Amino acid sequence: MFPDVLDTVPLRRAVDDALEWVVMHWGGGFEAAAYPLLMLLNILERLLIATPWWAIILLLTGLAWLATRTWRLPAVVLVGLVFIGLMDLWRDAMATTALMISATLAAIVISIPLGVWMARSLRVRHVVVPLLDLMQTLPSFVYLIPTVMIFGPGKIPALIATIVYAAPPLVRLTDLGLRGIDPAVMEASRAFGTTPAQRLLGVQIPLALPTILAGVNQTTMMALSMVVVASMIGAGGLGYQVLQGIGRLEVSRGLFAGLGIVVLAIVFDRITQALGKRLQARIGLAEMRI
Amino acid sequence: MSQQQTADYAIRMRKVTKIFGDAPLQALEMLRQGKSKADLQSESGHVVGLDDVSLDIERGQIFVVMGLSGSGKSTLVRHVNRLIDPTGGEIEVDGVDVLKMNLAELREFRRSKVTMVFQKFGLLPHRSVIDNVAYGLETRGVGKADRMQAAAQWIETVGLAGYEQSLPRQLSGGQQQRVGLARALAMDTDIILMDEAFSALDPLIRSGMQDQLLSLQQQLGKTILFITHDFDEALKIGNRIAVLRDGAVQQVGRPEDIVLRPANAHIEEFVRDVNKARAIRVRSIMETGPAEACEQAVAMDARCEDVLPLFADHQWVGVLNGQGVQIGRITARQVIKALARYAPQAG
Repeated sequence: MFPDVLDTVPLRRAVDDALEWVVMHWGGGFEAAAYPLLMLLNILERLLIATPWWAIILLLTGLAWLATRTWRLPAVVLVGLVFIGLMDLWRDAMATTALMISATLAAIVISIPLGVWMARSLRVRHVVVPLLDLMQTLPSFVYLIPTVMIFGPGKIPALIATIVYAAPPLVRLTDLGLRGIDPAVMEASRAFGTTPAQRLLGVQIPLALPTILAGVNQTTMMALSMVVVASMIGAGGLGYQVLQGIGRLEVSRGLFAGLGIVVLAIVFDRITQALGKRLQARIGLAEMRI
Repeated sequence: MSQQQTADYAIRMRKVTKIFGDAPLQALEMLRQGKSKADLQSESGHVVGLDDVSLDIERGQIFVVMGLSGSGKSTLVRHVNRLIDPTGGEIEVDGVDVLKMNLAELREFRRSKVTMVFQKFGLLPHRSVIDNVAYGLETRGVGKADRMQAAAQWIETVGLAGYEQSLPRQLSGGQQQRVGLARALAMDTDIILMDEAFSALDPLIRSGMQDQLLSLQQQLGKTILFITHDFDEALKIGNRIAVLRDGAVQQVGRPEDIVLRPANAHIEEFVRDVNKARAIRVRSIMETGPAEACEQAVAMDARCEDVLPLFADHQWVGVLNGQGVQIGRITARQVIKALARYAPQAG
């Protein structure tokens, strides 16, 4: 056994007390800060549930057709969504989709500027990369406990946990995409007297867009993979059905809800991937593979 | 130096030195105290990119900087528009000290005074040909209708009409560089920097682009700083040539000065392989003075390769100045002597 040199009890107590102090004094502030997130999620969820089922199926199938111009993906999307409806999972699927979309939107707002900043400064990258590693490897339950303590069980901690887990790939891929741009193109742009903002918006972002979209795709997938965990602290949706299946030992409930998650994953993954490929082909980087 | 003399030059570089490394200023001090470049590199890891370069580039000239890879020629050209900042020295463009410019002034300078053509083209892959050509004008703030009209005109001038809506990757290398050239010409700046602009092209295409550049230059009269590693190219298009080696200028002169009087063994090596008949002009090897009336005559700017066929039927040919007055004559012997000077010794 490792020698018992340090008594960890006071250390742990100090951490616990510190968190409690934060909850007491700053809890309200945190909640107010996260309120816009909750609003976004609620509006999206209400919108998706209020929209008639056939309109959503039509929209997603149409999007799939626009992204691929073949009949295969639309057919898969149609069958999958009809399956969700038949299994009586429509409402849960919409709640899950709302959670995933709002987590992805929030991740985009945070991650793309952070990725841009990282691509510009080596020092920032030295700080951010280990942080991203930590976010991706730390078991989500570890940071679920403090978020639940601060915000109380419900949708906000679920959303925050999902963002923490899903944002890193987008930050990484934004950084990668920006750094991967041909230096000759950047130099030419500089030689014509462009401002840094003109280079960012006119050259870097457009050329990195396929890579950034790959990051968005990763983020949506990771957000979906968090739904079961998120449902443990009150997110609802398909994850909650799986959780109930576990609790009641109802294999069928867990299985069907799980398949519903898979359907959503396929739908959103294939559509965003196909859109990314189209974009890549349009700006002439089709041979580039990530 | 009087003010007027300064104004005759488009670009002047005075003792420009560039050192790459962590502490370039200290390294510069060591270099000035007489440390050799090799020692500097092995001891402190500093690389000397440019070593005390002074150049005067006259307005309206094609000035070629020639050197092998690693000679610092691409570093040199980037000092003119400050894509690279020097470690020491002075750079004047149009009589203005570019090193004193702040960022905003520098951007304005790049938008209005000097433009550039790149070896790897540097086209924006997501923009069509016409949008690429209009790119510089767009940064300058020219309205859409005006810049599109100008861009369309330059696309036609470089012979790419019909490709306006193509993407760069759909074009061949030569066509892409025409886009690069049109993009620079559309800026209508007095000074154009061309960094190995034709080096990435196939020999035939390259030759065609050189001819096109020369004919454009006849109409436009720009100041062109042209970088190349190809001595033949330098001789063909340069009004003046500077030879660069290890970041230092070895010789500056007219093409025939360099071919006829190479300053050192390094330059002689280039001269040995070059087509001297194209480089040497009649005026620099003719015998001047009154001569009897001739049956056949050439202009004094004619190249040796132009007079050679005439010797099949004539012992000598007259040489005329710009006004058509005979100012001397040239014999086959003189031409042969000039051409044979650096040929390998006959065994």
